[in-house]
Amino acid sequence: MEDRPVEIAEKEAASMLPIPSLFPQFDDDIAEDPNRLSDIDEWGRSEHFRSMIRKAYAPIYKHWFRVEWEGLEKLPKEGGALLVSNHAGAIPSDAPVIMHGIEELLGRPVYGLADYFFRTIPFVGTMWQRSGGVPARPENAYRLLREQGQLVLVFPEGVKGPSKSFGDRYQLRRFGRGGFVEIAMRAGVPIYPIAVIGSEETMPVVARLPVVAKLLGTPYFPVTINMLTMGPLGTILPLPAKFKIRVLDPVTFDAPRGLASYPRSQVMEGTDRIRSLIQEAVYELLRKRKSIWFG
Amino acid sequence: MGKRVLVTGADSFWGGRVISALEEDPTFEVLLGLGDTRPSVKFERAEFVHADSTYSILNRLVRATEVDTIVHTFLVVDSTLVAPRALTEINVIGTMNMLAAAGAPGSKVKHLIVKSSALVYGATERDPNTFKEQTPRMKSPHTRVERSLIEAEQLIREFADDHPEITVTILRFCNVLGTDLTTPLSRNLSQRLCPSLMGFNPLLQFIAEEDVVSALLHAIHNRLPGVYNVAGKGRIPWSEVMEICGTRPLPVPSFKPFLTIAPKIPFLHFDMPDELEDLLRYGRGIATRKFIGTGFHCRFTSAGAVEHFATGLRLSRAMHPPRDDSEYDHSVEQFFRHSPAVRQN
Repeated sequence: MEDRPVEIAEKEAASMLPIPSLFPQFDDDIAEDPNRLSDIDEWGRSEHFRSMIRKAYAPIYKHWFRVEWEGLEKLPKEGGALLVSNHAGAIPSDAPVIMHGIEELLGRPVYGLADYFFRTIPFVGTMWQRSGGVPARPENAYRLLREQGQLVLVFPEGVKGPSKSFGDRYQLRRFGRGGFVEIAMRAGVPIYPIAVIGSEETMPVVARLPVVAKLLGTPYFPVTINMLTMGPLGTILPLPAKFKIRVLDPVTFDAPRGLASYPRSQVMEGTDRIRSLIQEAVYELLRKRKSIWFG
Repeated sequence: MGKRVLVTGADSFWGGRVISALEEDPTFEVLLGLGDTRPSVKFERAEFVHADSTYSILNRLVRATEVDTIVHTFLVVDSTLVAPRALTEINVIGTMNMLAAAGAPGSKVKHLIVKSSALVYGATERDPNTFKEQTPRMKSPHTRVERSLIEAEQLIREFADDHPEITVTILRFCNVLGTDLTTPLSRNLSQRLCPSLMGFNPLLQFIAEEDVVSALLHAIHNRLPGVYNVAGKGRIPWSEVMEICGTRPLPVPSFKPFLTIAPKIPFLHFDMPDELEDLLRYGRGIATRKFIGTGFHCRFTSAGAVEHFATGLRLSRAMHPPRDDSEYDHSVEQFFRHSPAVRQN
């Protein structure tokens, strides 16, 4: 009878084993190293570089896009969370705007997941990584969310969002294969859906040139209103549409964390739920909007 | 009874280093070094056996000497060291012969330690930030050295499955830096101008030469079945590596035709084998948690290994060429050990 409590304790310990610990026993990569000369972390992000970018981007954020937030206070002050948003505009401005806004207003770094294609472009790829860009891979997202407790921004529409024609504006594309939901379940972190309006009008796509895209090796090559009206400058200059961003209530999942895979049905259901939450919020924001340029 | 150890590649840099380290430990009863050229290091008590490059005599040797541990250090990970054809011959056929000998009837081998490389993961834009031991590589290999290493590791894993009674350890090391070791990377870093791919600044991991030897010794002393990544803590961008080493970056356009021609331009002389080009474009990170979990800690971090290498570099730049006193040391050691004039007690 005396052994009983020990037995129970052992049983409990065994049942807890498959769940990875929040604070890993051996941290093999983050080292405060006196030999290091810069603050570039294992993701290639440099806080020093990022703050310079923020300083340069602040006027664009404030005066060009005149960004307005709703519900930013819902975002957690600490711990990992996955931020999921809609994605639009030939060169989507929603990513830098969301990252800039959260970092300035919340004082927390945001890591933005994007296609690994960025890595292949000289200079651009390096700058992208220095300012918090991370190739979208399940391992990377898990490491950031679970082991390092960071904020991670993801656009599940991928290139399908920015490459869609202006006629399809604010019609959210398929949310990938639900990989982002599976990662949130595995890492045991909440998902914060974010609805953005304004990005569609910054760089409307009127046509796509697949042949040029193939030649350049890019995921798509758009012809935008900006290009047609401003010429070469229009390839990078967005139109000054007003941005409105709404952070929705966090979504959590009723699933044990740390599993290698989750039931497809549960993942797809979660994916659809988040997609429709964002789509609904986008419609609502659009209903309230009186002017594209003045909100 | 002490261990009876056979080290393959005794004529190579790593074989020599491992044997010298093992010689200091009296618990090793028999130390054998196998190689196809004369070893550069002079052994004190290890015996050197001369073999051909594919080690076909190994079978006889293993049976005759009844070794219980084989340390396989001769996998070539630097493609500039040997001719392309010889590379496959050494890495694949050599490994095959070694495994055949270790698994032959009458063999007493209980423990096999293989020094491999993180090259098996490759370096591509699709890579995860950190490769764990079980993470597969993202693109099929396009260099001969990577192909041969993957093939050799495959043979070793199959061997481990077929011989559960033998503990097989594969150690995958990241890029090594050391004062005594010459690699394409260290050659580039010791010049005044060091190539970097224009617009790329990847994150790399390094391990110091002495940490490689201690990791191999750790594997010899402990039974560690399976594959382990070994690297110094932390990562360091290539730009910082060059800065610590006191060399100026020479940005090279990163597209193909130029990169193939550039190393051949006489005044630019630098080394850029394909696997190094991949590394300088995308970098590579390997998770070392599994090996740290066995109780091993690297003395140097990644940045520390670079600094340590740079320290040696500064010395050799200051007093060129460095004095080689190994010959002298050896004869003095021999005198104290064997001369009748020295009182042995």
